[in-house]
Amino acid sequence: MRVFDPHIHMTSRTTDDYRRMAANGVRAVVEPAFWLGQPRTSPGSFADYFDSLLGWEPYRASQFGVRHHATLALNPKEANDPRCKGVLDLLPRYLDKDGVVAVGEIGYDSMTPAEDEAFAAQLELAVRFELPALVHTPHRDKAAGTRRTLDVVAASGIAPGLVAVDHLNEVTVAPVRESGCWAGFSIYPETKMSPPRMVEILKEYGTERMLVNSAADWGHSDPLLTVETGRAMLAAGFTADDVDRVLWRNPVEFYGQSGRLDLSETGTPESAYAGSSIARGGS
Amino acid sequence: MNLDDLRAVVAAVPGKDWLAGAEARVRADPDAVAPLFARAGRELGRRPLPDRPGWTAGQAGRVLLLAALADPARTAELYWHGDAAERLAVLHALPLLNIGDAGVPLAEDALRTNDARLVAAALGPYASRLDPATWRQGVVKCVFMGIPLSVVDRLEDRADAALTGMLAALARERAAAGRRMPADALALLNRHLLRKED
Repeated sequence: MRVFDPHIHMTSRTTDDYRRMAANGVRAVVEPAFWLGQPRTSPGSFADYFDSLLGWEPYRASQFGVRHHATLALNPKEANDPRCKGVLDLLPRYLDKDGVVAVGEIGYDSMTPAEDEAFAAQLELAVRFELPALVHTPHRDKAAGTRRTLDVVAASGIAPGLVAVDHLNEVTVAPVRESGCWAGFSIYPETKMSPPRMVEILKEYGTERMLVNSAADWGHSDPLLTVETGRAMLAAGFTADDVDRVLWRNPVEFYGQSGRLDLSETGTPESAYAGSSIARGGS
Repeated sequence: MNLDDLRAVVAAVPGKDWLAGAEARVRADPDAVAPLFARAGRELGRRPLPDRPGWTAGQAGRVLLLAALADPARTAELYWHGDAAERLAVLHALPLLNIGDAGVPLAEDALRTNDARLVAAALGPYASRLDPATWRQGVVKCVFMGIPLSVVDRLEDRADAALTGMLAALARERAAAGRRMPADALALLNRHLLRKED
């Protein structure tokens, strides 16, 4: 089983996690920029964080045989702090970098006017830099937040196929499927989504445009729950090809739309998906 | 690799016309350099070149863009705002550019990182501008990080008693811990000790 975790906050994880992930088939990850538990108070803190996501963290991952890419953004929670607004001015410089495969995490936390503004501005940046967008859905008032998210995405003019709406569950999956956006699911030990529940959703909605991630961070989470979900799929009668589609080819296809995904050193056979060429620049 | 070697590398890839356009733009408008420098990797190629260890066509193109830019202050900005590959390209370019001491803070920064590629690049030919104490720390850091000492430019010329004293002290610590010294560091130490006996 080869696994591409399309959403994991490796900055908060240890080298032991990298070892265990590599040993269990995780060969590629995308780390979205998000909040760090402790609120930041200036754009400079974000610049150092973004530098780390494009410098130290991919290097650290490579020591364990894991390919690391990032998505960058001002996250919804910190968009509410006026001291962090300058992050929006930093982003254009960063969104040109090779390691950036989407704008994200953007979206809603508490659905405030400041979040509206940051969300819309960053969807515009995604269009301008021809990048996909990774959209977080709120933990509180999730169903309403997801509907509002889809309205904002539609109004922005970005193609729905370039948008992944994340942290979905049984209640929020249907409208996202109807919108044409990709559906993301964060498999957690207790909360957001579990492997058995994920299997039921895949049975009902199919494997197309489905992204399964661990969203592991500094909270109670587990970077191997992607692998666990793959095993649960097999136990429920899905084929190895179904598992490969959900856990490898789908994230390759979604982030490959950036034209920047480079998986040439993961030692995996090249995907049939030719859109962004995982061998980009190989010539 | 000198600029002609780099030119030959880029001439062999489909993106060579992109680079020619980018160089012309940078000469006409130096402020346009940042996004071109960032995109050079994916435009020219990010795969390792089998016959040029440590290089890609994208990195070669970046150095050529810096040569076209010929601007020490903007070159430093590209380093400070660069991802790891962009910073590496700046470090590789330093000895090929007419940049004076403007690159010293960049090389010193690279030596403070824990990225073996950046540390190694900072000890290339441009390291002749680093002060001896910084340079010695860089060499000993290579031994710690397992970076082959062959990356260090003019190692034999510059190795002095202070450096070999630091290596000998490290060898004693390693021996006490039952750990090995890398063979290249031991060889350097032995050559220096023999020289002292002459």
